[in-house]
Amino acid sequence: MAEVTLENVTKRFGDFTAVKELTMEIEDGKFTVLVGPSGCGKTTTLRMVAGLEEITEGDIKIGERVVNRVPPKDRDIAMVFQNYALYPHMDVFNNMAFGLKLRKTPKAQIRERVHEAADLLGITDKLKSKPRELSGGQRQRVAVGRAIVRNPKVFLFDEPLSNLDAKLRVQMRTELEQLHHKLQTTTIYVTHDQVEAMTLGDRIAVMKDGVVQQYAPPQETYDHPNNQFVAGFIGSPAMNLLPAQAASENGRTVLSSAGFRIALPEARSKQTLPSSVVLGVRPEDLDGPAPDAEGTITLTVSVTEQLGHSLLVYGNLDETQIVASLDPHRRVEIDSTIHLTVNLDTLHVFDPESQETLL
Amino acid sequence: MGDHRARPGRLKRIAHSVGLKLIRDPAGAVVRFLERGAPGRLLLRLIRSLVRWFRSVRWRSWSFVAPALLLIGFFLVYPTVVTIARSFFGRGIDLFGPNVEFVGLTNWKYVFTSPIMLTALRNNALWAVLFTGCTVGFGLVLAVMLDRVKYEKFVKSIIFIPAAISGVGVAVIWKFVYAFRPAHIDQIGILNAIVVALGGQPVGWLLERPWVNNILLIVVGIWMWTGFCMVILSAAYKNIPKPLLEAARIDGANEWRVFRNIILPLLAPTAAVVATTMVVQVLKIFDIIYVMTNGNFDTEVIANRMYKEAFLFNNYGRSSAIAVVLLILVVPFMIMNIRRFAKQEGGR
Amino acid sequence: MNRRKLIAKTPLHVTILVFAAIWIIPTLGLLITSFRDPTNIAGTGWWTVFPKLFSGGQYSLENYIGVLSGQSLGQSFLNSLIISVPATAISTFIASFAAFGFAWMRFNGRKVLFMLVVGLMVIPLQMTFIPVLPIYKKLQLAGTFPGIWLAHTAYGLPLTTYLVHNFMAGIPKDLFDSASIDGASPFMTFWRIVIPISVPALASVFIFQFLWIWNDLLVALIYLSARPNVAPLTLSIANLVTNRGQDWELLTAAAFVSMALPLVVFFSLQRYFVRGILAGSVKG
Repeated sequence: MAEVTLENVTKRFGDFTAVKELTMEIEDGKFTVLVGPSGCGKTTTLRMVAGLEEITEGDIKIGERVVNRVPPKDRDIAMVFQNYALYPHMDVFNNMAFGLKLRKTPKAQIRERVHEAADLLGITDKLKSKPRELSGGQRQRVAVGRAIVRNPKVFLFDEPLSNLDAKLRVQMRTELEQLHHKLQTTTIYVTHDQVEAMTLGDRIAVMKDGVVQQYAPPQETYDHPNNQFVAGFIGSPAMNLLPAQAASENGRTVLSSAGFRIALPEARSKQTLPSSVVLGVRPEDLDGPAPDAEGTITLTVSVTEQLGHSLLVYGNLDETQIVASLDPHRRVEIDSTIHLTVNLDTLHVFDPESQETLL
Repeated sequence: MGDHRARPGRLKRIAHSVGLKLIRDPAGAVVRFLERGAPGRLLLRLIRSLVRWFRSVRWRSWSFVAPALLLIGFFLVYPTVVTIARSFFGRGIDLFGPNVEFVGLTNWKYVFTSPIMLTALRNNALWAVLFTGCTVGFGLVLAVMLDRVKYEKFVKSIIFIPAAISGVGVAVIWKFVYAFRPAHIDQIGILNAIVVALGGQPVGWLLERPWVNNILLIVVGIWMWTGFCMVILSAAYKNIPKPLLEAARIDGANEWRVFRNIILPLLAPTAAVVATTMVVQVLKIFDIIYVMTNGNFDTEVIANRMYKEAFLFNNYGRSSAIAVVLLILVVPFMIMNIRRFAKQEGGR
Repeated sequence: MNRRKLIAKTPLHVTILVFAAIWIIPTLGLLITSFRDPTNIAGTGWWTVFPKLFSGGQYSLENYIGVLSGQSLGQSFLNSLIISVPATAISTFIASFAAFGFAWMRFNGRKVLFMLVVGLMVIPLQMTFIPVLPIYKKLQLAGTFPGIWLAHTAYGLPLTTYLVHNFMAGIPKDLFDSASIDGASPFMTFWRIVIPISVPALASVFIFQFLWIWNDLLVALIYLSARPNVAPLTLSIANLVTNRGQDWELLTAAAFVSMALPLVVFFSLQRYFVRGILAGSVKG
């Protein structure tokens, strides 16, 4: 086991910079998730750690060793691919044993390790099957098993669940969680799915345009997003972002626009804000009207979606669409006007220019 | 080094005479010596860039393609270059042997003016048109028709058989079909038997110059290659989504319109590829002619003439020129293939 | 099927029947004739056997015995095998290496060289004989099996390399990444992963190439005609046509001997054969 360190790592493909001066320390034994929209450089980063892409600039260390020029096989890593990349002509046993055989591991030991991994993953009865005879979930387990038997210092996962259907994905997600709990191997996991990121990661790195926007524990990225991008990317449904004017009145900051006027409590008014800002409110921080609440917004309902555990209400405020997550037992009529209270303690304010979090 | 130390006296002397450093660090000594003068530095730079090049070449990658490239180089590329050059030289076989003097355009004049070559060129053109048109046309018709009957597989096999056997075998089969005997005895060739049964006179088919025999030879070619076209076009036809045809029928199109306005446009790209394959085939047509008429009675074709000039008449210069004619005719198709490949590669 | 539909489909069935007849009758004639007595062959048409098709006495194997031993076509059959099998094996082998190199290895000039290979697929072989032959004579390769193996291998390489390349280029890249993490060298990846996966494609190419060489006349004519004892079937039969063009009992039996193996291959491995053709021509 080992930590993985990236120092000023840059990757260029011709004129295109896929990863820009990335510096990051992935702790020993932790599950780290790289998450972001497609093309953000997360897979490239993973492939550089694996040694499948050369590094244009910077250093990658696994443990104490700089591995920039070390070929993949000597990095002591194992990788699980999106399409599983199982060898179609080998049965499950040989798929898992191939890497060990190439390393000249004694036969008895290979058999022991493969059976151990197969047991762990519940695929012992499939060891003689060819990949094409397996279901998607089973293939996924074989791919994971192939990584486990090597007992590597670092596991690398490249969107391993994206080819599975929704139900299986949730199941495999929890299995991966349990597996990591048992093995405690340093893991780097790439996904574009923020739910996967939140549920699996000890820490997650939100990436955009080859730059890490925030590298923190999942709850932190949700509670205190570094910037507008992270705020919008983490959380579902996404955070409402509303342009607003900021002004100071009687020592309290007042945010206003055509549809609302919100006065922040004094505790959150200490900072001077630029006159024009972006207000960020999570759907779940909008709530039914309290008679004497400060900071309400008024919404004309256009669509409602009943999810059982919550009721999503969509409406327009000026030009912006807003979504609120309300008590599912409430009755909301389409085209009616409702008043919603904003949670003043959790709302965010962003700079429209730099997109940085101001408040 | 151990060896050297065993005889220190002698070694010392040598070391002093050529410079001790030359023995300890021969490469370094040479480098330092060369660096003293401008020509030496130039040489050094050349050597260094050579070494850098040598290191940059991915030898392991090359080792995979090298055997193929060597064979292709020796058997295809080198001869092509030499043959083009040979077309301007005399009749000897070996480029560096006797009778290989420069003769300018003499061979080329023969290629484009001698009666026999004009006949061959005309016949190749006739083949190109009739053979390509019929193989692709029949193949298309069969592909579409056979899709509608239950015994499709059986008939397909029958039509495809000739594509699996040799041109020599096909030639024997059809020589027998065209067999001719005088009118007063029983015909053993089925074509003449039919003619006689219908009240006609038996015909020496392959002697009827210039049209009958050439067309009958082309029929043999068509018989041999139609199955090939059919198989490819049939696969393409089966790839057309059937709802597309059904939608057209529901829109009120009759079968002819469905064929003309939907099937044909969708099969056109495949048909074009098949047609080019056939044209390339037919430009090189050889076996059938060689066995059935050997180019006699006005049935000569380019490939057969090339063979005769070289290996019967030992005029290798002239034969080279004839071969180059084939190459020139094929070049557009080479370029087409390369273009298509480049496009395919770009899309990857 | 109702009556109206049946009538509507009649022209279709008749047209197909005519095609089928034209394609089967010539071969059938050859087959029947090859089993008939020489005097009968010369006297009456082969179709005269039909009224009493299955009555014995009119068929015999004599013609076959005649060509196989008398005309030494038995030796030619063997020669054809000795020529085709190794030549096909060598060319498939070398082509797989090259195809892998072109599809998955990176080196300067890869694209240009592969385009050369694609271009050479249709080069007329006539362009190549005259310069190679004197070299062959000097190296004493003319009229030898190794000589023709090499020639056939080289001539087949552009197409076979292209076909195998098309297949190998379609193997998912992840598999190679996975192999490299597992610790396989390029050679090992080729040998233990790419080749086993490519078996169906290689089978198609092998059959295709085998039939091409088995059926070849031209290359044999150039490199082997100097020595009759190494001549393959095609060459021997072509000579038979020249020398004994009216002896149909020999020609028909000989032709059928040369067709037998391709027909067996065709009927037993039709699937691979058709796949080979499809891969070869739709794409190039």
